Amino acid sequence: MSAKRPYVRPMQGWWKRDPYFISYMWRETTALAVALYAVVLAVGVVRLAQGEAAWNGWLAALKSPLSVLLHLVLLAAMVVHAKSWFEIMPKTMPAMQMGGKRVEASTITRAGWAATAVATLLVLGLAWGW
Amino acid sequence: MSEATTSRTITIEVLRYRPEQDTEPLWQSYQVPFTDDMSVLQGVQYIKDELDGTLSFRWSCRMAICGSCGMMINGRPKLSCKTFLRDLMPGPVRVEALAHLPIERDLVVSVDPFVEKLRSVKPYIIPKEPRKLEEGEYLQTPAQRDAYEQFSSCINCMLCYAACPQFGLDPEFLGPGVLALLHRYNADSRDGGQAERAPILGAAEGVWSCTAVAYCSEVCPKGVDPANAVNQNKVNSAKHYFLGWLTAKGG
Repeated sequence: MSAKRPYVRPMQGWWKRDPYFISYMWRETTALAVALYAVVLAVGVVRLAQGEAAWNGWLAALKSPLSVLLHLVLLAAMVVHAKSWFEIMPKTMPAMQMGGKRVEASTITRAGWAATAVATLLVLGLAWGW
Repeated sequence: MSEATTSRTITIEVLRYRPEQDTEPLWQSYQVPFTDDMSVLQGVQYIKDELDGTLSFRWSCRMAICGSCGMMINGRPKLSCKTFLRDLMPGPVRVEALAHLPIERDLVVSVDPFVEKLRSVKPYIIPKEPRKLEEGEYLQTPAQRDAYEQFSSCINCMLCYAACPQFGLDPEFLGPGVLALLHRYNADSRDGGQAERAPILGAAEGVWSCTAVAYCSEVCPKGVDPANAVNQNKVNSAKHYFLGWLTAKGG
């Protein structure tokens, strides 16, 4: 009888193996877009502190075609990120009870989108000076 | 099963590994006649009985309760007794040992590390206050039972390990199944073992190795949500750490 010789399969390219892993990798990758946009905003704060000319320069830079394109890409990435996170949100929290019944996972996901809609309207309202 | 009741044939490709002769696994193809009521497990049983007696695999109950017959079926972790050949037409059906686990032989994987991990989390009720027999049973309300009920459905089939890339990358990770069972006992109102389980829960190989891929919860054949158990316990582990730090008793 032969000795035991367990075979361990390699993990290279594991994320391409299943569509579920690919969407997970998209969720993780699009987190970089969130970080990048935070950097864009942080630069704005620094420029604001440097005075009016610096601030206006930053505003002008935001209006350049390259910046508009970047913002469209970042927006798309953030929508993907938000969607994947809201889908997983029910798994990250303790079971919620309402009226003696367990809150459905889909309800928690929809609550995430509702909060996004409210926040977006609020920000747009502020930006347009309501 | 007689030839007369056989209506169709499907190709089943099996990843073979015979340590005494193969340096690495290789695919082998079989033509399997099947009827509508046949599971993939019955398909591989047909191979062993009629075509190739050297094929090795584990099985026992044939009804999704023993947790022995997990395999990768067309790349997804499944109980082979609960997956039907008729749903996989026209084939071929690719059958492989559960991913991320070392292959002992053909479709048989090593389970010893899993069993060791399971033992390490003390998967039994450690009573808060031991009661004498004459004091009667430990009582629990339906709401208290609901807190852990789904996690008690785990049958240790390890499909969630085959779904977890973090376990594949770091086999030291306790993994979804063991953490779900740890939570099953921690969340039980009759249990007082949280402190004993806290060090293993909060270790790097505990909940913090999880990156919330959450495929474990998708593949569970018993409706357990291991990703939920793990991620709830990230909160518990963080609380334990900071409270321990505040009260200067150490984590």
